[in-house]
Parts: sequence; C-alpha cells; structure tokens
Amino acid sequence: MAPSTGAQPRALTAADLRGSSARRRRESTIRAVFVAAAGTSVLISLLIIVSLAGEAVNFLARVDPAMLFERGWFPRRDLYGVSTIVAGTLTIAGIAMLVAAPLGLGSAIYLSEYASPRLRRTLKPALEILAGIPSVVLGYFALTVISPTLVDRICPGITDVFTMAAAGIGVGILITPLIASVAEDAMTAVPRSLREASYGLGARKRHTSIRVVVPAAVSGIVASLILGLSRGIGETMVVAIAAGGLGGSLFSIDPCGPGQTMTAAMTALATGSDQVAGASLAFPSLFFVGLLLFAMTLGLNLVADRFVRRVRSGY
Amino acid sequence: MAARETDAAQMTTTELVRRSLAGGGVNLRSLAFEGVLTVALLVALGILAWLLAVIAIGGLPVFFERGLDFLTSDLSSNPDRAGVAQGIAGSLMLMGFVVIVSFPLGIGAAIYLEEYARDTWSTRLINTIVRNLAGVPSIVYGLLGLAVFVVALRELTGPGNAQGQSLISGGLTMAILVLPIVIITAAEALRAVPASIREAGFGVGATRWEVVRSHVVPYAAPGILTGTILAVARAFGETAPLIMVGAVVGGLSTSYEGVIETIQGRYTALPTTVYDWARKPADFAANTYAAIIVLLVVLLAVNALAIVLRNRLERRW
Repeated sequence: MAPSTGAQPRALTAADLRGSSARRRRESTIRAVFVAAAGTSVLISLLIIVSLAGEAVNFLARVDPAMLFERGWFPRRDLYGVSTIVAGTLTIAGIAMLVAAPLGLGSAIYLSEYASPRLRRTLKPALEILAGIPSVVLGYFALTVISPTLVDRICPGITDVFTMAAAGIGVGILITPLIASVAEDAMTAVPRSLREASYGLGARKRHTSIRVVVPAAVSGIVASLILGLSRGIGETMVVAIAAGGLGGSLFSIDPCGPGQTMTAAMTALATGSDQVAGASLAFPSLFFVGLLLFAMTLGLNLVADRFVRRVRSGY
Repeated sequence: MAARETDAAQMTTTELVRRSLAGGGVNLRSLAFEGVLTVALLVALGILAWLLAVIAIGGLPVFFERGLDFLTSDLSSNPDRAGVAQGIAGSLMLMGFVVIVSFPLGIGAAIYLEEYARDTWSTRLINTIVRNLAGVPSIVYGLLGLAVFVVALRELTGPGNAQGQSLISGGLTMAILVLPIVIITAAEALRAVPASIREAGFGVGATRWEVVRSHVVPYAAPGILTGTILAVARAFGETAPLIMVGAVVGGLSTSYEGVIETIQGRYTALPTTVYDWARKPADFAANTYAAIIVLLVVLLAVNALAIVLRNRLERRW
C-alpha cells in the first residue's frame, strides 16, 4: 500500500481492497487443491469405464457372437454363454423382489402411517441394523438356515443345498431395509394437509393410506423398488455362497436348482486365479460381464434418480 | 352420464361420512389391513432376530471353549486351531488405507463442490457422477482394482510373489469404493451450515479459505465425522471387491518385514476369512459363526460410536 501523503488522504482504489498478493496466491493454490480432489472422482469414473471397456472389447473381438447366446456358462471349457448368467441374475433378482417388495413396502406404510413417533424411533434403528449386516453374513445364513428350513418346504424333494431360491430370499432380506427406508421417506414427505383433508371427509386411516398417501408418494415408491432391483442385481456375496454353480452353470431359471449370476460368475473366475492369468478368454470375459452389470445398474439408478427428483419437486 | 357419475361419487362419500359418524366400532377390513402391515414389519425384524440368534448359538461356544485364543490364532486347516488374527490385522490395515486416501480426497472434493464451485454444467456433471458412483455394485470396483492396481501397476503394488494381489491394491480399491460415500456425506454436512455464517465471515473481509477453515468446517465437523465413520464401517464388511483383487486367505504375514514389504505382500481380511470358511466342510461352521460374531461386534461398535458422536456433537440451526 502506498504511504498516504500529508493531510489529504489518498482515494481508495481497487488495489487497496484486493488484499496482499501473498494472500491471493494462497487462495488460488488452495482452490486448485480442492479442484484436484473433485477431479479425482471424475477420473475414477473414467478409469472404471476405460478399464472395463478395454478388456470387454478385447473379449468381443475374440469371441464368436453366437456363443454369447449359447445355453451354458463354463469358462474352463471356453463356453461363454452370457445369456445363461444374465438369466440367473434376473431369476434371483426376481425372487428377491417377491420377498422384499411386500415386506419393504408394508413396513414403510406401517412406519409412516400407523406407528406412533415413539415406536418409530425404536423400530427404524432396528431396520438400519438389518441394513448394516454384511452380505457375506446373509449369504452364510441363506445357505445354512434358509436353504434347509424354508426352501426345503417350498421345493419338495430337492437334494441340492445350493438353490437360486435360497440365494434369492437372502438377497430379498438384504434389500428389504433399502426399499423400506426410501419408500418411507417418500411417504413422510407427503404433506399433513392431504391426510387431514381425507380424514375431514370421513375416510378411515386405511383409505387415507391407500388412496391418498400412496398415490401421492408413488414416484418415491417406484424409485425404492427400482433401487432395490438394482441393488439385487449387483449383489455378490449372497449369491456366491448360496446359489452354487461355482464351476459353471447350465441355462436354468428353476428356483429350486442351483444357478449362477453375473456377479457370482465373476467371483468364481477370480478365485480360480490361475485360469484368469492364462491366455484364455477368462480374464477379458470378466470385464465384459462387469461392463454389462455396470450398464444395467447405472440405467436402473438413473431411472430411480428421476423418480426421486419428481418427489422432491412435488410439494 | 357425467352427472350420474358425480351422483354416485357423492353417494359413496355421503355414505362413508354417515357410516363413520354413526359407527365408532371396529372395522374388520381396516384391522386386517393394519394387521398385514404389522406382519410385514414383524417378519423383517423377526428375520433379524433369527439371524442374530443363529449366529450367537453357532459361534459363542467357540469363545467359551477357546476364549481369546480364537482372536489371536492364525489361519489353519485345523478348525480347532484356526483363528482370525490375520483377518483382523488385514482389515485394520485396509481401513488405514481408506482413512489416509479417501478422507482427504473426499472431504476436499466436498469442500470444492459445496464452497467453491459455481452452479455450472460441469459442477452438476460432477455431482451426478459422484451420486452414480455411489450406486455402482461393489464388485465393479473390484474389477477396477484388478485392472488398474493388480495388473497395470503390478511393479508398484506387488513386484514380489504377491503378483500385484497385495495389501496396497486391496486398500486402494477399498478407498475408491468409499470415496463417493465420503463425498456425499461430507457435502451434506457442509450444506447444513447456514449461509449467514459464511456471510458474516466475508463481511469482515475474510477470504473464502479463511471462512471455510475457521467457520464452515468446524461447524460441519460432527456431520463429516459421523458420515466418514459410517463409510469406514461399510468398507469393513465389504467382501466382493477384495475377492477380485486377491485377498487370498492364508496370506498376510504377521512377522515384521518392514512397511513396504508388508503392504506389497499378500493379505487377507475378516470378511474374506468368513467367505473362505463358509465354503469349507461343516466342521468349520462354528468357526465361521464365531468369525461373523467378531465382524458384527466391530461393525456395531463403530456404528454405535457414530451415533453417540452425532447425538453429542450435532448442532441444530
């Protein structure tokens, strides 16, 4: 700053307000550090796509396209019928949704419309504990408990411990808290005035819940189901432990038999790491399956995101 | 036609009002509906209770018989001698990587997105990318780790007999896995700090960094802390990505070879130990349940810590 001369104070200029140059330099350095940190997340997503796509293209270039629709997935015999593991994935995700949609939505309506605030404060953390159970634990539970007690009754006369039904129920338990929490958030966001208008017309709580609250929150409820499905498709450990088919699988959508999903096929390939390292197609096939899985879950998540945003802008 | 429909609607409405004013009695259908909802919730919570009971019954005998020996023993093919010491050590070191790598990066990215970035298309793009990264299945992160850390960077991550399937590969994969969660929770905590705090700082001539450092971050710290603790808890239970980057059981060396050798060497973690034992014959069942108990106790303790911190430090505006 220039020294002021005599009694007349010099007029204030922009240079005085700018502060010292050292301070400004420090500001821009720090800003650059934060920009770099944010850029890393973009870099990582690019890395995911590049690393998946590179090997996936390599796989597609070397494989006969007709083989992808072949009925069977046996990497050790160089048979890569991707349709087999996609069918397995959809079967198990379907069973999971049959379990999780009624349980999750029922819990959500109860928590949001019927439970007293005190009851809700104790029940919600319990559901959060269920959400925090690692999937490897639920996988073992599905194999050792659900398979002999529940699946044996649903599928009479089966001899196999590893079934898609056991894995599907296990995945269903895993995604129930997710569906419950997203759907409950959507229903509690419905303004009180709508419920009171309904009560004012003499409607019962049941009618208010089904005809007013659920339709008003329908975007969020749909989003909860889509997110649950996406999570179920990407779930790995429950399937890897409980569904069987580790050495490969024939095309099957029979819930009472063993099967293999895209995720379980990847872990099976990776644990037999000698096969992966060889010159076969096993290593690139991992990345093709991974890219397919990435695309499926990303698509579902983007759709769910749209629905969630519609809830937010609704009221 | 239309008039008749309105008439019918009014009829039912009138009827409903009349009935609900007249009869205070119990409506069976409503009772049944509430019953169905209650059953849905009770089934969900019942499964949780069933799961915990099965695990306790299956695993606690191991602790009664062997005491802390189970926690301090190494892996072994003999179920009576096998323990989870290597798994615990491996998991703790993996969490160390998560804390060192993803906390500074994640909190830094959150500060940029919330405090520095203007609302442009590029900011919105980064926000969308981060949100979608959080929804990517964990096994895809395992593939990323396999392609980048295990194969491409093999010379750095494990030049020795680990062939890239080393502790550092697993740790970096886990750090990338939790990064979006850290960014999202930290950004939420920063967003909760009211604008008036920042404006007061700018009003007395503070620069953006001075406002962030001495006002925004201290007020957001409790939220950032609980969010990041929960992110670590999530990583602690993750198994699938570690299998992809070779958390091969029987690996981690507990002898002291120096830091570099340890992080470039083979490793294992607690959840991968559970996975490995789950695939073994039935004589490993008790050990599997006991290892699950250790895993759940650690997870519950970490979650409880986060809840306590949130309740004690949380500030409402």
